[in-house]
Amino acid sequence: MRNYLLSRVGQIALTLLVVSLLVFVLCQVLPGNLAQTILGPHATADQVAILNHKLGADQPLWTRFFSWLKGFVTGDWGQSQLLQEPVFGLIMGRLGDSLLLAAVAFVTIVPISVIAGIAAGLKEAGPLDRFVSIGGVSLTVIPEFVSGVVLLSIFAIGLHWLPVTAVAPPGSSFGVRLEYLILPAIPLAFVLFGYIARMARAGTIDVLAQPYYRTAILKGLPRRRIVVSHVTRNALPPTVAVIAGQVTYLVGGLIVVEALFNYPGIGKLLLDSATGHDITVVQAATLTLGLIIMLANLLADVLFAVLVPRIRLGGSR
Amino acid sequence: MTTATQEPPLLSVMDLNVAYMVRGESCPVLRDVSLDVRPGEALGIVGESGSGKSTLAFSLLRYLPDNGRITSGTIRIGDVEMTQLSHAALTHERGNNVAIVYQEAGSALNPSMRVGDQIAEVFRFHTSAAGDEARSQAVEMLRSVLLPEPEHLARRYPHELSGGQQQRVVIAMALAANPKLLILDEPTTALDATVEAEIVDLIGTIRSQSNTAILLISHNLGLVARICDRVTILYSGRVVEQGTATEVLHAPKHPYTRALVASIPRFGDAKGTRYLRPIPGAPPSLDTVTQGCRFAERCPLAQSDCLAEEPPFIALGEGRTVRCYHADDASPLPLTEPGDEFPVTERRPEVLQLRNVTKTYKKTTVVHDLSLEIREREIFGLVGESGSGKTTLARIVAGLVEPTAGQILLRGRDVPRRLSRRPRDVKRAIQMVFQSPDSTLNPRHSVRFILQRAIKKLGSATTVLELARRVRLDQAQVESKTTRLSGGQKQRVAIGRAFAGSPDVVLLDEPVSALDVSVQASILSLLVESRRTSDASYVFISHDLAVVRFLADRIGVMYLGWLVEVGDAADVFAAPHHPYTEALVSAIPRLRSSSEQVSRIRLTGPMPPPSADQPGCRFASRCPRKIGSICDTEAPPWRQTGNGHKIRCHISPTALTEVQSGLKS
Repeated sequence: MRNYLLSRVGQIALTLLVVSLLVFVLCQVLPGNLAQTILGPHATADQVAILNHKLGADQPLWTRFFSWLKGFVTGDWGQSQLLQEPVFGLIMGRLGDSLLLAAVAFVTIVPISVIAGIAAGLKEAGPLDRFVSIGGVSLTVIPEFVSGVVLLSIFAIGLHWLPVTAVAPPGSSFGVRLEYLILPAIPLAFVLFGYIARMARAGTIDVLAQPYYRTAILKGLPRRRIVVSHVTRNALPPTVAVIAGQVTYLVGGLIVVEALFNYPGIGKLLLDSATGHDITVVQAATLTLGLIIMLANLLADVLFAVLVPRIRLGGSR
Repeated sequence: MTTATQEPPLLSVMDLNVAYMVRGESCPVLRDVSLDVRPGEALGIVGESGSGKSTLAFSLLRYLPDNGRITSGTIRIGDVEMTQLSHAALTHERGNNVAIVYQEAGSALNPSMRVGDQIAEVFRFHTSAAGDEARSQAVEMLRSVLLPEPEHLARRYPHELSGGQQQRVVIAMALAANPKLLILDEPTTALDATVEAEIVDLIGTIRSQSNTAILLISHNLGLVARICDRVTILYSGRVVEQGTATEVLHAPKHPYTRALVASIPRFGDAKGTRYLRPIPGAPPSLDTVTQGCRFAERCPLAQSDCLAEEPPFIALGEGRTVRCYHADDASPLPLTEPGDEFPVTERRPEVLQLRNVTKTYKKTTVVHDLSLEIREREIFGLVGESGSGKTTLARIVAGLVEPTAGQILLRGRDVPRRLSRRPRDVKRAIQMVFQSPDSTLNPRHSVRFILQRAIKKLGSATTVLELARRVRLDQAQVESKTTRLSGGQKQRVAIGRAFAGSPDVVLLDEPVSALDVSVQASILSLLVESRRTSDASYVFISHDLAVVRFLADRIGVMYLGWLVEVGDAADVFAAPHHPYTEALVSAIPRLRSSSEQVSRIRLTGPMPPPSADQPGCRFASRCPRKIGSICDTEAPPWRQTGNGHKIRCHISPTALTEVQSGLKS
């Protein structure tokens, strides 16, 4: 188990190195002149030269890459051109807000989807299964910007049940802040529901075909015990893997939803920086998101191993 | 068991009919099945796949698929009528009064629960025991099935146990609530010969210590003979013969039973002394409606009355019945195979040589410094239990696994280790047939396509139809997709594919172990026969010694990566032989009643981890004939006994002969 974890961490470090190189190349090298990109077509040659010097863009490529990477690792992420703030603090603040939104979506939808999926799988082809399967697929294929707009116009603009914006007025209590997050969280939850419920359902159906399920019945165990200890316990690991995989999606979904609801998370920051040519922020934010996706996958691997004794305790004999 | 006959039966099945709904039609699976098992008695249910024997087992527990239904009849266990029970009462009955053990012990256990907890569950829900008490009772159950260090073992997960240990855990779980009836559904099919022998011993112990009635479902007649007092033969959902095990298996009356007994290689049958007689045709499918006897279509003794009306049970004596009009017709069953003599191979030149082949994975040595010759046109049997390295060795020869060291020579020419480096004529010359044809034939292709491609790839002159004829597939089967074929037919396709380019060596890795006995017989006959028409040598890998004895000219025995004995089949099976071979031979279930059994050697002691690079003999830790510390410290030498027979042991052949023949007297 320890070796497995170490090798996974090693893999992650290597992947992040590749990602950072990609980010660097895409942001700094391919657009050509960095300062020109940032300042726009109307900047004078002097301005460009001064900024290039200030950014260190007049130095050789590898030197720039490694000094940027070193800065990233040590927490010196540079200064935002657009907002005139240190990038590190900026991203951490926005990341916190995004995580809150993601957490609201996750916490509400994960238990619901898992339970719905298992219940559907236990009665395959039953009415609940039809509902979950068809509903799940339908919700998954609706893009967030469509469901977001529809929800916004019905519940916020039409019925006035929920606020139009996602940000609570300053000084609001945690409860009020959560209330503001309900509407933006729903489009994210919709898509998650489809993936997670279908996986839990498939995992359950898989377990029901296993001889040990039959063993549990023929041992004369009560139904509840069979469902909890024998079915759910073994249907969960693949579901957990899928849930963690959805973090990748969530990051993409966040950018859309945050833009739609004007929510100041990291997605919105990334979008604004990209449109505002704030290269320093774009680089740091992209790499941060990459790091988060990697960590989520690592967490999934650990959870999977904890849930599956065969992996936790080393291979079969 | 004469005293037992006075007691009322514990299990009483009367006129049981079970049907499956298939495409809106009700297809009977079991018809008018009646049987009794008394307390302490063991009844064997014998039949091929499709005979309904597993359906019978699950019907007794009222566990049928959604489309299955008990249409009429009664099942009484003790004083409980199973067919009338409510769901709650059924849950109480299961595990408590009736328990079942079935084939795949590995998958019958929940992979994410400790085995002790899985047994404790039974106590928790069927007795008043809870928590620690249930747990300590579970440990006691593990102790009672003779598992070592039960306290420690209870905390393990299923994947940490060997196949034999897993099956013991399942048996312990079944016995936990002290059931009145124990159903064993092919309990040893997936296990090695010596492990099977251990489980059989365990069942014997259970019988002697409790009054549990046992219902053993198996296609293995040797196993049934060893365990059971009485036997019921099931064919196409009907009981066709019933009686004591000795009578039914030694003096079978129903033509089907006679055919079944004739289709298995019996231990002691050397090649050339007896034919295996496959039963021609296949059992009627479930939805076939027949007026007469279900077996008539395949029966060599059938007459017009057999087709007109189904024969009733005819009593032949106390508890012995047979469902046949012509049970007194003792005329021999006609041979269904052409020809009546086996080619006897004289010593021919070597076609394949292995020199010092070794395969190690990290620290594990799977094949250790192994040298071997295969002669032209010979059948070489490679025997050993799981983990012996026999499959790895075959895969090395086939080029699917690269050896760590050593050399392979084909007719004196060096064969490249990797398949991709082998020239086409070497690929053609070495072919392999795998255990499970299901996973080696592409389900989307027709038989014709598969054979055609093999012919083209191997650059052969033969035609698809010629090849199909050789493996006895008819025109319709050639045109069909492989998914529509039965297991035996698929294996014929796989064999046909191997023969597409007239190979020099065909490696057969357990080619019949997934098949029914009567189908197995037809494949074995096919192999024997195709040798008459081809010059190929076979390397036949099997854990079934009776099959190897029947088929092989020479035999090699492997244990944990070592070749421990090699020689002519007759020499290997007789003393002197390696102590491991001796244990294997004594573990073969024979078609004799339990009183006639030869004393069996039980292997105790731990298997060394394959990684331990200890200097001594690999078998030393379990060897019943170990002579002292020399076995642990020095690698045993090869000892020649003449006629090319050699044994790798510290004990001299003369001394081995003495102790081994002494045992038998």
